[in-house]
Amino acid sequence: MAKNISFTIKYWKQNGPKDKGHFDTHEMKNIPDDTSFLEMLDILNEELIEEGKEPFVFDHDCREGICGMCSLYINGTPHGKTATGATTCQLYMRRFKDGCTITVEPWRSAAFPVIKDCMVDRSAFDKIIQAGGYTSVRTGQPQDANAILIPKQDADEAMDCATCIGCGACVAACKNGSAMLFISSKVSQLALLPQGKPEAAKRVKAMVARMDELGFGNCTNTRACEAVCPKNETIANIARLNREFLKAKAKD
Amino acid sequence: MSVTGLALILFLTFHACMNVAALFSADAYNAICGFLGANWYAVAATAALAALVALHFIFAIILTLQNRKARGNNRYAVSTKVNEGKVEWASKNMFVLGLIVCLGLLLHLWGFWYNMMFAELAGCESQISPTDGYGWIVYNFHDRPGACIFAALYIVWLAALWFHLSHGMWSAFQTLGASGKTWLKRVKLISLIWNTIVILMFVVVVVYFALGFGSCGECTSACGDACQQAAECGAAC
Ligand code: HEM
Ligand code: SF4
Ligand code: FES
Repeated sequence: MAKNISFTIKYWKQNGPKDKGHFDTHEMKNIPDDTSFLEMLDILNEELIEEGKEPFVFDHDCREGICGMCSLYINGTPHGKTATGATTCQLYMRRFKDGCTITVEPWRSAAFPVIKDCMVDRSAFDKIIQAGGYTSVRTGQPQDANAILIPKQDADEAMDCATCIGCGACVAACKNGSAMLFISSKVSQLALLPQGKPEAAKRVKAMVARMDELGFGNCTNTRACEAVCPKNETIANIARLNREFLKAKAKD
Repeated sequence: MSVTGLALILFLTFHACMNVAALFSADAYNAICGFLGANWYAVAATAALAALVALHFIFAIILTLQNRKARGNNRYAVSTKVNEGKVEWASKNMFVLGLIVCLGLLLHLWGFWYNMMFAELAGCESQISPTDGYGWIVYNFHDRPGACIFAALYIVWLAALWFHLSHGMWSAFQTLGASGKTWLKRVKLISLIWNTIVILMFVVVVVYFALGFGSCGECTSACGDACQQAAECGAAC
C-alpha cells in the first residue's frame, strides 16, 4: 500500500558557473511514496510554475538507469546511493521519512562547472572518451562469430566495466575531484577483450593525458567513488588502469 | 608517492629490526651503530634517505594542491555521507598525518642523529660517545631531563606513522597496479600486518627503555661501557 508523505525540499539555485548560488525551499505535501525522485521534482516544478516562480533545473533523460544523465547530490550522497546501487532516476520516495528535509545539490567539482541550478557540464567526460575510449573498426566482411574466442570470465568482467554510464558520481564524491573510477572502467572494458588490445597502450596514455589536462585530481585511493557508484564499479579497475598505464610507459 | 613511500617503508623495516637488537645486547646494538657511523656508505645512505623524504614531501605538496584545485571552492552544504564506514579516516588525512610524521622526524634527528652521526662527522665532544648508540637511547628515553615527554612524543609520532601507513602501504601497491579483485583484500591484510609489526617493534624499544629496563639499575655489568657513561651523564644532569 502506497502511503503519502510530506516533507521540505531544499534545492540549489545557481544562475551559471560564476554565480554564487543559494538554496530555495519548498513544502511538498502528500506525495505518494511510490513516486520516483525525478517525478517528485516534476511535481515541484509544476507547483513552482503555478506560483509564478522559475522552475528548478536538473539533468535527466532515460529515467531507467542506463543513460547517465541524471545527477543530484541528495542528502550528502550522489544519487542518494542505495545499498545495491541505483541512479537518481531509480530512487523512490519510499526511502524518505514523513516530515523530513531533503537537500538537493549539484555535483560540485571544478571540472564540472554548473550550467544552471543542479545541471552541470560533464562534457569533460566526452572529451576523455574522444581521446581514446573506442576501438578503431575497419569496415568489410563481418567476422565469423567464433573467430575470436573470449573466456566467459573475461567477457563478464568487461561487461561489468562497460556498465559504467558516465554519470560522474565518482568525481562528485571524491575529495580530490578525481575521475579515475570512470576512466579505469572505460579503459578496462576494452583492455579485457582481444578487440581492445591492439590500441591498449595508445588508449590508456591518451585518456590519462586528457584527464590531467582537463583538471581532474589525482587518485589517493580513498574509495569514496566505489561507495557511491550506481553501477558498483570497483577500484580493482583503477589498479588495472595503473597497470596498463605503467606497462604502456615502460614500452616507450 | 608510491615508490618513495615504499622505499621509506623498507628503510623503516630495517631500522626497526636494528632497534630490536638493543633489547638483547648493548654491544650488539653498538656494533651496528659503529657499522653505520661516519663512513662513506652510511653517510651516502643517509643522504639518499633525506632525498627520499624530500621527494615524498614535495610530491605530497604538489599533489595535495592539485587535488584542492580539482575539487574546487564549492563545498557541499550537507557534508558527505559517503564516508560513513566506507572511507577510512586515515585516507582523508594523509597530509596532516605526514606533517606529524615530519615533526617527529625532526625530534628524532635532534635526539639521535645530531648527537651521533653529525657529532662524529663534526668531531664534537660529549659525555656520551657518538658511537655509543645504546647510551643515547638510555639517555633520551630515561635519563635526560624530560625523558618521559620525549618518550611520549615518540609514541604519538609512531601512532601517526601507523595511521599514515595503514592507508599508505596498500595504497602504494594499488597505485603501482599490484592489486585487483582478489588481491586487494590480500594486499590490505599483508600491509596491515607488516605495518603493525614494524611500528610495534619501534614502540617496544621506546617503552622498554622509558620504563628503565636497560638502564644501569637493572643490568649492572652486562651493558658495561655504555651504561656507565649514561649513568655519569644522568648524574651530571
Ligand atoms: C617515514 C616517513 C613516511 C613514510 C614511510 C610514508 C609512506 C607513504 C606511502 C607508502 C604512501 C602511499 C603512496 C601511494 O598511495 O601512492 C604515502 C602517501 C602520502 N604521504 Fe607519506 N610517508 C612518510 C612521510 C610523509 C611525510 C613527511 C609527508 C608530508 C606531509 C607525507 C605525505 C603523504 C601524502 C600527502 C601522501 C598521499 C596520500 C595518498 O596517496 O593516499 N608522508 N606515504
Ligand atoms: S564509474 Fe560509476 S560513478 Fe563513475 S561515472 Fe561510471 S557509473 Fe558513474
Ligand atoms: S536519467 Fe538516465 S540514468 Fe538516470
